[in-house]
Amino acid sequence: MRIRIEKRLEIPRYAGIVVPIISVAFALLIMGVILLVFFMGRLGNLSSAFRETFEAYKEMLTWPFANRYGLFSTFMRMVPLAFVALGLSFAYRMKIWNIGGEGQLYMGALASTWGALFLFKDVKSPLMMIVLLSIIGATAGAVWALIPALMKAFARTDEIVVTLMLNYVAIFWVDYLVYGPWKDPKGYGFPGTAPFPSQARLPSFFDDEFHIGIFIALAIALLLQYIYKKTGWGFNSQIVGDNLLAARYSGINVRNYTIIALVVSGAIAGLGGAVQMMGVQHRLQHGFSPGYGYTAIIVAWLAKLNPLAILLVSFLFGGLLVGNDQLQMFYKLPMALISVFQGLVLFCLLGGEAVFKYRLAIVKEVPESE
Amino acid sequence: MNDLPSFVISTLQATVRAGTPLLFAVLGTIFTERSGVMNLGLEGLMLVGAIGGFMASYNTSSLVVAILLAMLAGAVLGFIHAFFTVTLKINQIVSGLAITMLGTGISGLWGKDYIGVIARRFEPVKIPLLSDIPYIGRIFFEHDLLVYISFLLVPVMWFVIYKTRAGMTLRAVGESPDAADAKGINVFAVRYLFTILGASITAIGGAYLSLAYNSMWIENMTAGRGWIAIALVLFATWDPFKSLIGAYLFGGITALGLRLQAIGAHISPDFLKMLPYLLTIAVLFFTSTDTLKRKVGAPASLGIPYSREDRT
Amino acid sequence: MEDFPVLEMKHISKSFPGVVANDDISLQLKKGEVHALLGENGAGKTTLMNILFGIYHADRGEVFINNSKVSIASPSHALKHGIGMVQQHFTLVPSFTVAENVILGLKDFGFVIKTKTVESKIKELSEVYGLPVNPRARVWTLSVGERQRIEILKLLYTGASIIILDEPTAVLTPQESDTLFKAIRKLVSEGSSVIFISHKLDEVLSISDRITVLRGGKVVGTVERENIDRRGLIRMMVGRDVLLDQEKPVVETGRVILKIENLNVKNDKDLMSVRNLSLEVRSGEILGIAGVAGNGQRELAEAIYGLRKKVSGRIELDGHELKQGNVAERIRAGLSFIPQDRKTVATCPNLSVMSNLFMKNSICELVHCSPWKLDGRRMHSKADELIDEFSISTPSAKTEVRYLSGGNLQKVVLARELSAEPKVIIAEHPTRGLDIGAMEFVYKSLLLQKKRGAAILLLAGELYEIFRLSDRVAVIYEGQIMGYTPPYPSYIEEIGFMMAGTRQEDH
Repeated sequence: MRIRIEKRLEIPRYAGIVVPIISVAFALLIMGVILLVFFMGRLGNLSSAFRETFEAYKEMLTWPFANRYGLFSTFMRMVPLAFVALGLSFAYRMKIWNIGGEGQLYMGALASTWGALFLFKDVKSPLMMIVLLSIIGATAGAVWALIPALMKAFARTDEIVVTLMLNYVAIFWVDYLVYGPWKDPKGYGFPGTAPFPSQARLPSFFDDEFHIGIFIALAIALLLQYIYKKTGWGFNSQIVGDNLLAARYSGINVRNYTIIALVVSGAIAGLGGAVQMMGVQHRLQHGFSPGYGYTAIIVAWLAKLNPLAILLVSFLFGGLLVGNDQLQMFYKLPMALISVFQGLVLFCLLGGEAVFKYRLAIVKEVPESE
Repeated sequence: MNDLPSFVISTLQATVRAGTPLLFAVLGTIFTERSGVMNLGLEGLMLVGAIGGFMASYNTSSLVVAILLAMLAGAVLGFIHAFFTVTLKINQIVSGLAITMLGTGISGLWGKDYIGVIARRFEPVKIPLLSDIPYIGRIFFEHDLLVYISFLLVPVMWFVIYKTRAGMTLRAVGESPDAADAKGINVFAVRYLFTILGASITAIGGAYLSLAYNSMWIENMTAGRGWIAIALVLFATWDPFKSLIGAYLFGGITALGLRLQAIGAHISPDFLKMLPYLLTIAVLFFTSTDTLKRKVGAPASLGIPYSREDRT
Repeated sequence: MEDFPVLEMKHISKSFPGVVANDDISLQLKKGEVHALLGENGAGKTTLMNILFGIYHADRGEVFINNSKVSIASPSHALKHGIGMVQQHFTLVPSFTVAENVILGLKDFGFVIKTKTVESKIKELSEVYGLPVNPRARVWTLSVGERQRIEILKLLYTGASIIILDEPTAVLTPQESDTLFKAIRKLVSEGSSVIFISHKLDEVLSISDRITVLRGGKVVGTVERENIDRRGLIRMMVGRDVLLDQEKPVVETGRVILKIENLNVKNDKDLMSVRNLSLEVRSGEILGIAGVAGNGQRELAEAIYGLRKKVSGRIELDGHELKQGNVAERIRAGLSFIPQDRKTVATCPNLSVMSNLFMKNSICELVHCSPWKLDGRRMHSKADELIDEFSISTPSAKTEVRYLSGGNLQKVVLARELSAEPKVIIAEHPTRGLDIGAMEFVYKSLLLQKKRGAAILLLAGELYEIFRLSDRVAVIYEGQIMGYTPPYPSYIEEIGFMMAGTRQEDH
């Protein structure tokens, strides 16, 4: 009798929910151990380390959700993640690996800043301003994605590296502007632009703690859900993503689809950048994104590219980020540890996925190996 | 500006130094990718190599131990990547990004106590005779040991890949894992081996930064070199000798940029930072025509997990 | 041939999710014999040999070599025991040379490759066994026949004495098959034992000493060559007498629907593989194109369908010239294509049956809805309708097609292509890998379309299929039509000559 690992024929429905939960639990466990070790190092004895770990843990997991300020922070963190992840899902459906979410986000922010401070600065109506800035942000993101799109469509250039490179170009461009020509003269040398005019701010509630960007994200998610499930595009893009040869064979113009996929994905991410500027930042600053574009890749992948699931996962990740911030502020944990946590969570989730694809099967009467 | 020849020589010398971390990263990744595994985690690998080497050098004052520890750090991350991509058959892009996160985080964590600290570094060593050759001598033969190792690594890798049985096995696994499997080669083992080996060589590139180039530990000191290295692997079409061209080309841009700034040329530092990335894009665009890919041969199975029973 | 069982497989069983591939199979191979493993596609022959060669592990059963029990865990294990297999899909590294492919993975020549020694040994072996190759050539430049020889040499180089050939003649001309058979005889006389897997009765009858017939995963029986004939084998294979030649419906052919004039198309290696080719197919007619695989059939089909750009020439569909490379236009004009690679080109494995049925943008015509608002319910019911009409055996319309058997997958393709009532159908090896039941279904469907007035271009490798379905037979060689014959087996010799390069006028 022998135990063998066999690939599952069908993945049971519940797996979609149970597996991530178990994986996250596992990741949290490991994180707990790391925290414990860390506190041990700092405090010197096991019992106080335990206590501290427990406290920190509780704080990290509950604060982002259990109190008003935390919850709103979570929602606010969720917004840029959701925007980029939604945008990425549009391209990932066709296995077009847009790694440039970060750059497209930055470009959207850059363009909307340009609009708010220069191009549209005489626009008085808030509604008009917000609409214009959204358009310009989305356009910037779209253009930024158009570059790799054209390269891929006409020269078969790999989009992974090009989008990646453009991230850095965008970040440095923003740096150039905020340290240079756009630097706020009244900003005490702080690397940021002047603040946006009031009409360029998204309406918000609860003392500015909750802006409406989240509803825009929700609207986009619903729109994408409709497109994916109920339109010809959604149907065809599935085919392109599953079998490129079959797509050509079906008469789908793969070249056009490729370009559109990247451009739209960049547009949504760019819109996210504009929203982030209008809703939270209110000015363009160096390093305003702590890697949202990269985290969004993971969010999109974990949510299996489903728009509504993306909202959920970005909410949870937003909570993770907020909780991590708490750890940093109150427990003086280094930012690097946060990065480690995120990597760990990801690997546990990846591992959980994969492990569940297989199952243990007990096989009788098999000849022994030599 | 005093004299042009002197400027040129010192710039070329700086080119070699700036290109060395890239060279290690590219060479290591060539090993990995030729086995069919894509590794986007180079930033993470280089950073753990940098901190690992630095920590070891500080604590043991032994540069040998430093390099070994750097390689070990890279190997561990490489093992994780291999486990997820080869055994669990996870999407290689996502795994690579996770490695970057993990490596960046771990290095930042360990490095906290080493900021602003001084450790034993690699000192430049003049090679007798060779360094007396006019011009060439100063450009190539007045560097530290790691640079010389990188020089040697290129022909050694070339030989291993093209002239030995191990290299043939590697190439077969990358080009046609089916054929390799049918010949009794353990595709998984080969991929594990070369992913881990490649990761440890990449990590040496990071160690070079902390132990020679910058001679200190700074958080995120790789500053995007890992990403550029990924592009350079494509540019070099997975060939060790061509990696020299890519690595030194980009090293040169960095070196030239710094030097021009030093002599007062008005170039925005941000533009200089952008330049390597812009150039990479341009290079990729011009070399990515289909015929070129086919003739020069991206490892055909790159990015695709292998599964024996999926074959039928 | 001696009486000594050099190989025995006892009570081998193997199942895959949802299907029993081998059911209690026992087989014996005598030293120096050519033993044929005969059965329809899907009967379990390849699975059985994959077990022997270590690619699969049997769920039950044992293998004995020279009367001692062995367990084969992998291909390298198998090779160690002297068992080698030449598979239908060659496992060669295209960018390597012949020599490199032969020595890949072998351990007995040290760290550095000694090319000269290897090359001379290969040359020697190739001469002894009559398998000419150039050890220095790169595999991607070689023909299929040459590649097959390399596969065999690979095994001989390592001293394999039990050689399994899986459908080796699928890719050879009649003449090349003769060369192969001579080589097999030579192998056997030098002490090897050969297992020859096939579904082609005539070959099996001409080369083997003994024949084991498989059906539905079970052994039907093992017979000596002298004691059996064609009819007997068919009965064993299928369980009944199958009339492989049925009546063709007589249909009046109409106007020319597909017209090709002086077509030139390049293949992937940038060589001209369709050269100045002209042909016509009328409505209600089936034109069968015979030829060894690799003579331009694929490029021809792809060019007509628009997947490949033509270099020059004219393709007309019902009088209208077709624009370069526009597949969508052709689909709308009523052109349909059943490609040989149904898994890699014609279907999306991870998508549902329903999605595959509607792949070609014909949703909106079939189901009457707008591309901005797909009607899921209507799609579903139409899908169920098609599943019924074409007898597709699937748990539901939502099942992913990779779980379907080859025959059912082909039915999905047929359902999609044929329900749109196309004017022209290009069918490329439509019954490849299908069992007899599925084959009959394909024939029936195509003949029905012919009655409907479609013009059908049939590209097939099996001559009997061409005879069965076509009204006219054309032979293609190196991208050109060598000549036409009527569809009767009496013309087979003439066809054979044309397949090998002789033009009709020349003999």
